[in-house]
Amino acid sequence: MKLAFTLLAAVGRHVLAGLAMIGRVALFAAETVSHLMRPPFYAREFGHALVQIGWLSLPVVGLTALFTGGALALQIYAGGSRFNAETVVPSIVAIGLTRELGPVLGGLMVAARVASSIAAEIGTMKVTEQIDALTTLSTNPMKYLTLPRVLAATLAVPLLVGVGDVIGIMGGFLVGVGRLEFGAATYLHNTLDFLEAWDVISGLVKGAAFGFIVALMGCYYGMHSGRGAQGVGRATKSAVVASSVLILAANYILTEVFFSA
Amino acid sequence: MIELSDVHKAFGDNHVLRGVDLRVESGTSMVIIGGSGTGKSVALKCILGLVHPDSGIITLDGRDVTKGDRDAFLARFGMLFQGGALFDSLSVWQNVAFRLLRGSLKRPRDEAREIAVEKLRRVGLKPEQADLFPAELSGGMQKRVGLARAICADPEIIFFDEPTTGLDPIMSGVINDLVREIVTEMGATAMTITHDMTSVRAIADNVAMLHDGVIQWTGPVSGMDQSGDPYLDQFIHGRADGPIEAVR
Repeated sequence: MKLAFTLLAAVGRHVLAGLAMIGRVALFAAETVSHLMRPPFYAREFGHALVQIGWLSLPVVGLTALFTGGALALQIYAGGSRFNAETVVPSIVAIGLTRELGPVLGGLMVAARVASSIAAEIGTMKVTEQIDALTTLSTNPMKYLTLPRVLAATLAVPLLVGVGDVIGIMGGFLVGVGRLEFGAATYLHNTLDFLEAWDVISGLVKGAAFGFIVALMGCYYGMHSGRGAQGVGRATKSAVVASSVLILAANYILTEVFFSA
Repeated sequence: MIELSDVHKAFGDNHVLRGVDLRVESGTSMVIIGGSGTGKSVALKCILGLVHPDSGIITLDGRDVTKGDRDAFLARFGMLFQGGALFDSLSVWQNVAFRLLRGSLKRPRDEAREIAVEKLRRVGLKPEQADLFPAELSGGMQKRVGLARAICADPEIIFFDEPTTGLDPIMSGVINDLVREIVTEMGATAMTITHDMTSVRAIADNVAMLHDGVIQWTGPVSGMDQSGDPYLDQFIHGRADGPIEAVR
């Protein structure tokens, strides 16, 4: 009986800690968004974040999309040939990439690259008192550090997803034409014929949500980093893990919403 | 005038401040001394609102520091942080002129740079060092840049958090002299926390000793040696034996 109570208490503690954490993150997100409505807006910081998060993530997102598109073409061909449905390769590659794999894999790659770097940067600023220094210099750290990064990621990741979609379809095209003996015109024709605007738009919406999550988690864990190298290391790890899990969870929720609509 | 009345602050079970009462008159230089971990930095951060006290009142010129326009309140302060707390991504002059490049004190970029270079000159740095980044500077130079940043907007009140920690004795002397000169010529109110007794004698008009969460002794620096307070005596003479427990 005592053991059961101990276990129950332990479960309760973790549930409460989890709920408290969700509350803290929600308040952090609300505060971040609220700064969007109140001046000043640090355009220089925003521009810098846009380059760091968007432009510099392009190679990793592009390469991920390229190889995923190629592999997807091979897998769909292998599966489709069992039903004599090899011709669906171009359209399934395009739909799969734009609706699902482009935003999810792009989001995860950005999470690995950006959430970690934001958490490490802000965490280091925290432990070296740079965040306190910002406050004493009459600059709100949420406004100066968090808002530009969250806004930049929310705007940049959909663009990255869009570019990734094109590169991924190109990867499928290269494999389809070079390896699976599709005609180039037929491949492109099949791709465009079955691809709808909503396929692309839903992926871009997901990208925006994932960008928001990635930057928010990076900033949240950075701002709440513990002391020393170990504290910053833990914040960085937590930012990547939390943003990856949240991306997958948000992906399911958004897909369910789009599916029901 | 800055006044702390019965200020308490605890972090979990660690009761750092247990009823601090302290008064710093305008235009004077107060140095708070005390062992490591006695809450000196926490007291300063409570005044600035970086840490919120659990209870007690802190006033500046008779007004509660937690009320009123926070930007206007902070604009009256400058602070030199222990490690400099310079922004790595900004050049030296941009660090110094940070306050002049944004917010209510914003000036044109050229003018802000000019002021920053002048402040750097005041702390003994050359104009050509203005375009370097903090990582390219030695520890002593970083302290000077931090000092230039603290005084850049001509604040009425300047806080110095362990200004000589990590510096060699000669550089410590230079920083102490700079702090004293700047405070005197600006007519600013200064609060310094340190456990370097050379700094105390060079910088202070008045001294307060923080121990066990309360101000153990306070008075003019000239009265420090004849205080008769066993805690202060042990601290200023660096004795291992006495009422302050030393962990061996």
